[in-house]
Amino acid sequence: MNYKRIPYDIDKIKIPQGEIHIIKNRCKGCGFCVEYCPRDVLEMSDEFNAMGYHPPRVKNPENCVNCGLCEMLCPDFAIWSTLKPDCRQASKKKSAEDEKEAKIES
Amino acid sequence: MIKKEDHHPMESLLRMDRIPHIWCPGCGIGTTVTAFIVALEKLKLDFNKVCVVSGIGCTGRVAGYINLDSFHTTHGRAIPFATGIKLGNPELKVVVFSGDGDLISIGGNHFIHAARRNIDLTVICVNNFIYAMTGGQVAPTTPLTAYTTTSPYGNFELPSNVPQLAESAGAVYVARWTALHIRRLTNSIIEALQKPGFSVVEVISPCAMYYSRINRLGDGIDMMKFYHENSVIKHNEPTENLDIDYQKEIIVGKFINRERPTFTDSYNDWLVTEKKAQSKSMI
Repeated sequence: MNYKRIPYDIDKIKIPQGEIHIIKNRCKGCGFCVEYCPRDVLEMSDEFNAMGYHPPRVKNPENCVNCGLCEMLCPDFAIWSTLKPDCRQASKKKSAEDEKEAKIES
Repeated sequence: MIKKEDHHPMESLLRMDRIPHIWCPGCGIGTTVTAFIVALEKLKLDFNKVCVVSGIGCTGRVAGYINLDSFHTTHGRAIPFATGIKLGNPELKVVVFSGDGDLISIGGNHFIHAARRNIDLTVICVNNFIYAMTGGQVAPTTPLTAYTTTSPYGNFELPSNVPQLAESAGAVYVARWTALHIRRLTNSIIEALQKPGFSVVEVISPCAMYYSRINRLGDGIDMMKFYHENSVIKHNEPTENLDIDYQKEIIVGKFINRERPTFTDSYNDWLVTEKKAQSKSMI
């Protein structure tokens, strides 16, 4: 990533990786998630679901940072994102390390 | 085997036997429901003590989809029903989730008087500028010159300004957001739920099937893009400036946040003084 100034703790920061889940048959093809995804992860697909709409498709899975905007904007409760399993372990480890540091400081 | 990942995280608060819902593609009501569910989860309320009341209309269907104690009442009578629940059991958090046609036109009288009495309710009013469920008739919030099925020459009636109506009637918390300002809307719903007194959150929502089709404004996504470009956040704006003109800028934000004793507080105060007077007269 291009930074104007490099943050001091750049080696410690790990960008979270999200995983998109879509229930295709619940989608009504409104396109809110595709339009407003801040990382350009989704696109509309050409396939039809059971109701005859075009559900979204994951275009760039590596770009997802698990922000959850698609989940919030979806009017049909058809799309959501979760943290990838390895990121979950990393965040758990990180929080454990933080707790240790806090204990030492106190 | 069904994995945990195959379930939407909000399914615990939805009646899944009724999903998929009836709302059209591009409608903003589902997004508002999402904001409400996220607000409930963030507040960590006891869900046995939350009650949702809806009237009739597209937004009136919300009561049927949320897995809480919910009531689907007659047209315009959501607020009187909620008033009864609140006075019967003041421990409950009562949320009125209804549309502009239900709350402002047919239930307009109840809206004014519940605000005047300052009953502890949270009113989420989804404003889509039209009576959508009955076929797109002119509503009290339809902007001037907008076409509807009952105003084929354009609307001549001056629309209601919901925040000003709520403020002048005595509401303690008034905010307005569009269905696109999803995180700010969630925060406003959280504040409104925590605020004792009559709090109103107006949500401007696209109606892709009637309002934007008759006016040739495109789909729901085009309305969302319009909100993105034309909504201006102005907190504490005087509510008389909040009229919505046809396809002009929409002022959104948090306008009123004030303190007034609620009906339940005043009643309890009277009860305490009355008991004291009774015990004195007994002696």
